[in-house]
Amino acid sequence: MGKVMLEVKDLKTKYVTRLRESVYAVDGVSLKIEEGKSLGVAGESGCGKSTLALSLMGYYFAPLHYISGSIIVDGKEISGMKPDDVRRTVLGTDVAYIPQAAMNALNPTQKIIRFIEDVIHVHMPKMTKKEIYDLAKERFEILGLPEDVLQKHAVELSGGMKQRTVIAISTILSPKVLIADEPSSALDVTSQKMVIKMMRDLMEKGYIKSMIFITHELPLLYNVTDDIMVMYAGQIVETGSAKEMVFDPLHPYTKGLMGSIIVPEAGVRENKLTAIPGTPPNLKHPPKGCRFAERCQYATPTCAGMEIPNISLTNGREYRCLMSERKIREVYENE
Amino acid sequence: MSEKRGKECLRGKGVTKIFGVGDKKTVAVDHVDFDFREGEIISIVGESGSGKTTLSKMLLGLISVTEGEVYFQGQPRDIKGGKKKKEYWKNIQAIFQDPFSSYNMFNKIDSVLLDCINMRGGKHLPYKEKFDMMSEACSFVNLEFKELTNKYPFELSGGQMQRLMIARIFLLKPKILLADEPTSMIDACSRSTILDMLLKLRDEINMTVIFITHDIGLAYYISDEVYIMEHGKFVEYGTAEDCIIHPQAAYTKRLISDVPKIYEEWDLSTV
Amino acid sequence: MKNTLRNIFHSPRFVVGFVIFMAILLTTIIYPLIVTANPLAMVGQGNFFKPGTYVSVKDTVTSKTYTLNIEAVSNIADQLTDDNKEDMRTWLVKFGGISQEDMDAADDDELVELWLENYDSSVDQTGLTSSTKKAYVRLNDTILSLMDDSDVIIASENEDGELEESDSISTKEYVNVSDITNKRTFLLGTDNFGRDVLTEMVNATATSLRIGLIAGLVATLIGLSLGLLSGYVGGTFDNIIVFITNLFTVIPSFVLLILITYSVNQSARGATLIAVVIGLTSWTWTCRSVRSQVISLRNRDHVNLSKLSGHSMFRIVVTDILPYVASYVVMALILQISSGILSEAQLSMLGLGPSTSTTATLGLMMNWATAYSAHLNGSWWAYFPVVLTITLISFSLNLMNTGLDQVFNPQLRD
Repeated sequence: MGKVMLEVKDLKTKYVTRLRESVYAVDGVSLKIEEGKSLGVAGESGCGKSTLALSLMGYYFAPLHYISGSIIVDGKEISGMKPDDVRRTVLGTDVAYIPQAAMNALNPTQKIIRFIEDVIHVHMPKMTKKEIYDLAKERFEILGLPEDVLQKHAVELSGGMKQRTVIAISTILSPKVLIADEPSSALDVTSQKMVIKMMRDLMEKGYIKSMIFITHELPLLYNVTDDIMVMYAGQIVETGSAKEMVFDPLHPYTKGLMGSIIVPEAGVRENKLTAIPGTPPNLKHPPKGCRFAERCQYATPTCAGMEIPNISLTNGREYRCLMSERKIREVYENE
Repeated sequence: MSEKRGKECLRGKGVTKIFGVGDKKTVAVDHVDFDFREGEIISIVGESGSGKTTLSKMLLGLISVTEGEVYFQGQPRDIKGGKKKKEYWKNIQAIFQDPFSSYNMFNKIDSVLLDCINMRGGKHLPYKEKFDMMSEACSFVNLEFKELTNKYPFELSGGQMQRLMIARIFLLKPKILLADEPTSMIDACSRSTILDMLLKLRDEINMTVIFITHDIGLAYYISDEVYIMEHGKFVEYGTAEDCIIHPQAAYTKRLISDVPKIYEEWDLSTV
Repeated sequence: MKNTLRNIFHSPRFVVGFVIFMAILLTTIIYPLIVTANPLAMVGQGNFFKPGTYVSVKDTVTSKTYTLNIEAVSNIADQLTDDNKEDMRTWLVKFGGISQEDMDAADDDELVELWLENYDSSVDQTGLTSSTKKAYVRLNDTILSLMDDSDVIIASENEDGELEESDSISTKEYVNVSDITNKRTFLLGTDNFGRDVLTEMVNATATSLRIGLIAGLVATLIGLSLGLLSGYVGGTFDNIIVFITNLFTVIPSFVLLILITYSVNQSARGATLIAVVIGLTSWTWTCRSVRSQVISLRNRDHVNLSKLSGHSMFRIVVTDILPYVASYVVMALILQISSGILSEAQLSMLGLGPSTSTTATLGLMMNWATAYSAHLNGSWWAYFPVVLTITLISFSLNLMNTGLDQVFNPQLRD
């Protein structure tokens, strides 16, 4: 077992809408990532996965608010820290974050190398420009980015190149945890593949010690991360290795989600696509019992009435359902 | 394959669209030929900027064709002038990508559906009959009409809005439906519902569905015929099986290799 | 719709603006119901009577008198002119032995006191001509006569043509103001024509608001319809409209306004005509912004779907595009009203406003006040309340506009 890079215990955060209503988008999330591992987070839009990504940084500012729980990055508790301290001591070195539209975050009037200087100066003010340039050049080379990008402005780069540049900049300090929120969703398939390749390289070469990858595209998760975690209505409903999750889902919601995968591979046309009826619950007033009960075809009256425990299996899988593993397999078998 | 195909529905010969003049000229769609048959689901697959949306607007008659000819049911399509255009639009309808911008947010759902009935000449029907028609259309897409009356479209979720769009098509019963990325803005688990409904609708009224998408997997799942588009040209076309499982064109091969797989190994080294 | 209205009235800025504006508007409606007199009747014979209550002297004399044992306060200082006071000061410093500092420090009442203590015609007044000396003696006599608290004698001519004392009024005699039938309060005095400024101003505010409203409506209607059409139709039609709009934007509209108002026949230049002229020169801005919004709206999918449904262009513009720009147009209308009122004031100040003395506008009132030098002779009541009213109207309208902006563009909030 490797060293635990990120451990989150019962994290609860909320954001406040313009109409001053609280949305409990992350409602008791616990997770653990070991060194060299990557974790994928999947779920429908509005399930709280993007809020989770922001919350994991420990950097809270309106409209996002911290409620309770702890975030421990490599043995260091960051959840109680002041936003300013988080920015100076955590972001960049411990945790790095890449949002979906990261490529639009580059100030068009500055050269790429200037951003890298800025990032490094916060943490290592003594480094000279020459040293920084050499470091950046070396890193860019390894990641397959041309060196002349460093001297260019953001507008001169294509969308995919910009996104890869941003990823290279945010990981220049070799963070312990990289949080990537839909880093490739706004790109076409070819650029997406390049971004994915780069993130894999970062992991393999040890520039990032662990990674959380958030996306709604399941085939992508399957190919990128070791484990997959499925989120529903602010809670984690199932965690397991990528292969188990895609081909042997336990939780009914995971099963529904995996049944909607469409890939251009022989035989897929014969697969029956599953659909989940209904809409997710409103997170302004999260339901008491099983949050999926309303849409679940296997739900019983008890489901909606009680808090559902998290069941851990011996192989490390966890799921949040009242049915036992054997019962679930039996039910799925009979369909 | 040709012996099984239906009657000719929409055919194009050398269809071209050029925007701008002189130095600023861009060729969005470059001399494409196509032959869409009745009752088929045809996918046009291309990345952003390939000209697929321009082509779809030309097929809809929303923008003019610079060069070439479109044939509708064997006859050259004539949509010059408002009257002829309206006549043509009785035969073709569309579902667009963004459900949130597809509705006039000041109109209630009832009026959206009533408008469709009125268009099909049901203006003089008693309300009871119209109500039944609307209920039928809604139940076709698994919506409850009674719960939708007096609601505005934006009170529904994206998936429900897109389903309401299909209910509209169900009422209008056009010969051709042009679906421009109808599932790209909605969640994966609502996506399959939309796809199944399109298939059901095709079977129900023997409609031609032109499905425009960037997702090659989706195209493979739903369509009979696939046209792969690159830089305004069709680089490959044929049945879904031929085109996607046994691609010939280099572009198609690349496109397929760039999509993540789950059954086979996804080769990341080829970038 | 209901929700939007509620949001609007939850915006503090809008509410403050709305309350101020409604207060002004209601005043212009209710005030004439209470004060039914002709607002433009020339009441005073003379310019700029200061604010206050004017009572009939005849009524005062003939009313029932009451004797009150109150020490009468002298008001000599008030009755002396500024020249008199200046002369007194000069004399006192030169010959009365008062230092310049003490003199400067003394107010009018102290000045009179010092004068009474120190003036002596017999002191050596070297440097003064004899006529000046005599003038000082006369001034002293005047002051002494004002000091006199003996009874005022009322005399009348008898049959022989001689004056005969018919009555006398003692300083202890008082009348009750409520006994006096003929009196009139001018809260804001009178203007150069002798009109009651307050009544005139209420009337003028109503006219100015009407001008603003007509100008705003004309500008918004032209701007909206041209913007909608050029944005939606596009092509050559759009190019022509854009050309015309640019033309109107490039030519300073104020110059155009002056030329138009100047060229219109003097007698025909009424308030409504000025309003229409203002409207005709200020539509460009609404037109441009509506056009740009329509251009982005016409490519929206719901417009495409409406076209596919076979709806006519008119119907698409009215039902699918207009509602989306409506909130914006309301905001533009509010600003146009405000700028219409200001434009009228500017024009009138230049003497190019409504050519009339039978209707008043806020701009005309300021023009009259300037023409009769109200600002030079200290008649603040003739122009200051007018300036304040214009400011308040424009302030309240702008406040309403920002409030609406906050509601319709939520990004601007927080």
